[in-house]
Amino acid sequence: MFNILQKTFNTGIVTTAYPRTPVEVPANFRGRPSFDFEKWTDARAAAEVCPTAAIALHDSPDARKVTVDYGLCVFCGLCAEASSDQAVRITREFELAATDRGNLVLTAEYTLNADGTHRQLRKVHRGLRSIDAGVEDAGKAARMKIQQLLGRSLAIREVDAGSCNGCELEIIALNNPVYDIERFGIHFVASPRHADMLLATGPVTRNMELALLKTYRAMPEPKVVVAAGACGISGGIFGENYASLGGVDKVVPVDVYIPGCPPRPQALLHGILLAVGRLRERSFDKHVG
Amino acid sequence: MMQAKFPPFSALRQKFGGKVRSLHAERENESYLLAADPDIRGISEYLRGEYNARLVTVFAEDRCAVEGVFFNYYVFEQKGNTEYLIVRAPVPVDDPQFPSLSADLPAANWQEREIQDWFGLTAIGHPNPRRVALHDNWPDVHPLRKDFPIDTVLPPFEGERHTYRPALGEGVFQIPVGPVHAGIIEPGHFSFAVAGEPILYLQLRMFYTHKGTEKLFEELPVHKGVFLAESISGDSSFSHGTAFCQAIEAAAAIEVPLRALIMRTILLELERIYNHVADIGAMAADVGFVVANAHASRLRELLVTLNEQLTGNRLLRGMVCAGGVRRGWDAAQLDTLAGTIDAFAKEFKDLIRLVHSSESTRDRLEHTGVLLPAKAKDLGIVGVAGRASGIDLDVRRDHPYAAYRRFSFRVPVYQAGDVWHRMLVRVEEVSESIGIIRSAIDHDLHEEFRVPVPPIPPDRCALSAVEGWRGEIIHWIRTGPGNRLERCKIKDPSLNNWPALVEAVQGNIIADFPVINKSFNLSYSGTDR
Ligand code: SF4
Repeated sequence: MFNILQKTFNTGIVTTAYPRTPVEVPANFRGRPSFDFEKWTDARAAAEVCPTAAIALHDSPDARKVTVDYGLCVFCGLCAEASSDQAVRITREFELAATDRGNLVLTAEYTLNADGTHRQLRKVHRGLRSIDAGVEDAGKAARMKIQQLLGRSLAIREVDAGSCNGCELEIIALNNPVYDIERFGIHFVASPRHADMLLATGPVTRNMELALLKTYRAMPEPKVVVAAGACGISGGIFGENYASLGGVDKVVPVDVYIPGCPPRPQALLHGILLAVGRLRERSFDKHVG
Repeated sequence: MMQAKFPPFSALRQKFGGKVRSLHAERENESYLLAADPDIRGISEYLRGEYNARLVTVFAEDRCAVEGVFFNYYVFEQKGNTEYLIVRAPVPVDDPQFPSLSADLPAANWQEREIQDWFGLTAIGHPNPRRVALHDNWPDVHPLRKDFPIDTVLPPFEGERHTYRPALGEGVFQIPVGPVHAGIIEPGHFSFAVAGEPILYLQLRMFYTHKGTEKLFEELPVHKGVFLAESISGDSSFSHGTAFCQAIEAAAAIEVPLRALIMRTILLELERIYNHVADIGAMAADVGFVVANAHASRLRELLVTLNEQLTGNRLLRGMVCAGGVRRGWDAAQLDTLAGTIDAFAKEFKDLIRLVHSSESTRDRLEHTGVLLPAKAKDLGIVGVAGRASGIDLDVRRDHPYAAYRRFSFRVPVYQAGDVWHRMLVRVEEVSESIGIIRSAIDHDLHEEFRVPVPPIPPDRCALSAVEGWRGEIIHWIRTGPGNRLERCKIKDPSLNNWPALVEAVQGNIIADFPVINKSFNLSYSGTDR
C-alpha cells in the first residue's frame, strides 16, 4: 500500500489543461494540410499521390475544380511533399471538428494554361455541391439547442462500426490520467439506454450496419451522434465497397464530424465538446468565411 | 546437431516424383514447389513428419483468367532455418475442390474455410466446413474471385447471421455477448455456454469488421497500398506497413539502406513496447488494480508522444515506405528518443515492482485461462500467446528482417500458459526491446534513408514476415501490370490465435473472461480485414 501511495505522490499531477490552455503539439506532428490556393500552380501532383482522393480534380478543357476534403484526409503529408511550389503546407492544426459535412470540403476553381497548370484562381468555396446553400437540416438547429442542455454531464456510448481500432485507441486514451475526460463530467457507458451521445467510428461495414442502427435506436431522446476519424466520416481509405457502406452518416444522422487518422485525443475532446455546445467550431481557411 | 537442408529439394523430388512439377528458389529464403494437383496431404505430412516443419499460413489466388486455375498456397517453415517453402497447388476451375488438411492439422481450420468463402473452393473432408468469413446471411458470393467487382452492391440482409450450437443440459444456459461490447473494444460475437459460474464452452463469430481490405489492395497503385496496410490493425500500423513494404521491396529486388533498416527496427520495437505496457496495465485493471493501470497508461502516453515526435503520428503512421522510410531524424529527435527511453525504462521498473507487490493481482492471474503447450502446438498458436505456452517462435530471430541480425536479444518462453505468464512474456519483451533500441541508437544514423522504387514488372511474387507485437504477420503479394497488385494476402497473428482463446476460457469462471481475453488481446480488424 505504502509503495502505491509513494509512487502516486512522486508522479504528481499529469493531466493536461486542454482546452483551457492550448496544447503544445510536437513540432513534427502532421495536422491539417493547408492550401495557398492563390499560389498553387498545379494540383495534379498532389491529387496523384493522395491515398484517399481527399484531393480530387474535375477538369474541363480550360478549367479545373480542385476539391479538398478534410473528411477523407489521412494526414499523410504526401501532398505537401509532392507540391514543388510550396503552396501546400502541413500545419499543426488539429481542431478540425465540424457540425456540417460540407464544412470539411473546400473547392477551388481555376482557369488553366495549355500545359494544364493553373492560370488564375477564380474562386474558393466551402461546402458540398450536393447540398444547396440555405437548405439547412432543420432538425439540426433544434438538436444543437438541446445539446446545450446535455452540456454539463454527458454519457457516451462508443460503437466501433468497422474501424481498424486506431480511433478506439485514441478514444480509450481519453480516459487515461493525461486527458482524464471525466473532469468534464463526461463518461463512457455500457448501455445505449444510458447514453446521450453516440460516438461512432467506421467505415460502417455491411456486418455492423444493423448493430449501429440498433444502438442508435436504443438511445433515449435527445441524442447526438459524433462520427470520428476519416473512415467514420467518409469511409476513408476503404471508401464504399461490397463490404463497406462508407461513413457513419450513411446509417444514422451525424451532428459532428471529427477528422483525423486517428484524431488525436484533444481533437476528439474538441469534437465532443463542440457537439454539446461547450466549444466553438474553428474556421480554418482564410479563403472562406 | 546439424539440421537437414530445408527445403529438401532432392528428397521431395525423389519421394513425390510426378507429384512435384517444379521446385525453385525465388530468392534467398523463399522457395516455391509447384504441385501437380490440389492434394498436398502427402507433402504436408512428409514435411511435418520428417522435417518437423510448421504450417505458417494457407491462402488462395484466382488465376482463372490467366492460367485457367485457382492456386492454393501452403507456406512451411522449419525451426532453426530461415527458409520459407511455399507449396503452390493448382485447383481446377471445373472441379473447384481440394482435400482439407484440417482434420490432422487444426491450425488450417479457419484459413481453409476462408478459402471456401472468398474463392468458392470446397475443402473436402473439413471437420467443420461452415462459413467463417462470410456471415450466414450473405448471399452466395466469393469476393476474392476476379469476376466479383469490388463495388458489387449486395442485396439487403435476410435470415440468420450464424446458428450457434445450442447449450443443452440441466442448469446450462447460454450468454450471448456482442457484437457491441460493454467497453470500448472492437466488435465480435461471443456465445458462452455456462453451468453456473464456469464456462463450458465458447463459440465465436468474427468478421464483423470485414471491409474488403484484400480486395482493395488489388485496386490501389502500389505506393498507396502502404496506407491501407497501416489500417489493417490500428495498434500494429507500423508492423503491417513494414510487412507490406518489405514484400514490395522483395518483388522490386531493391536493397533498403541500412539507416532505414535500423530506423524501422527502432519503430517496430516502439510499437511493441507501447502496446505491451498498455496490456500489462489493462490486465491489472481487469482484476481490480486500477492504480497500476493509471501508471501504465501514462507510460503508454509517454511512448505514443515519442512516436509522434519521431514520425508525426501517434500510431507511427505515414513513416514507412517502400524503399526505406520517408524522413530521417535530426540530432534533437535522437536525443528525445534516447531520453524518453531512459525515462521510460526507469518508470517501467517501478510499474513492474508495483504489479509484483500486489499478491491479489498475481493470485487472480496465475492458473487463470490456461492454454497448455500441446494444445497451443496443435492449434498453431503464435506470438506472445504462443511463447507463454511453450511455442518458441519469433520472426525477428527465425527469419531476420530490418536490422535484427545486428542486435542480440532474448526470446522469453514459458510453459505455464496462463494469464500471468502471458503478462510475464510481455514484461520481459519490453526489457529486451529497450536493449534493442538502445543499441540501435548507437549506430550511425546519418546515411541515406530511402532509395527509389522502380516500376515493378508483373507476376513477381513475394512473401514478407514481421514479428508484430502480437506475433507473426505475413504478407504475400503478386504484382500485376501498371504497378498494381494482383493479389495481397494478409495474415495477422490474431487469425491464428482466436482458437486459443476458446481453449483457454474453458472451465474458467465467466467473471475472468475479460482478463483472459485481454491477455491475448487479439485484433478483430486484423482478423476480419
Ligand atoms: S495529407 Fe491528406 S490531402 Fe494530403 S495527400 Fe495525405 S490524405 Fe491527401
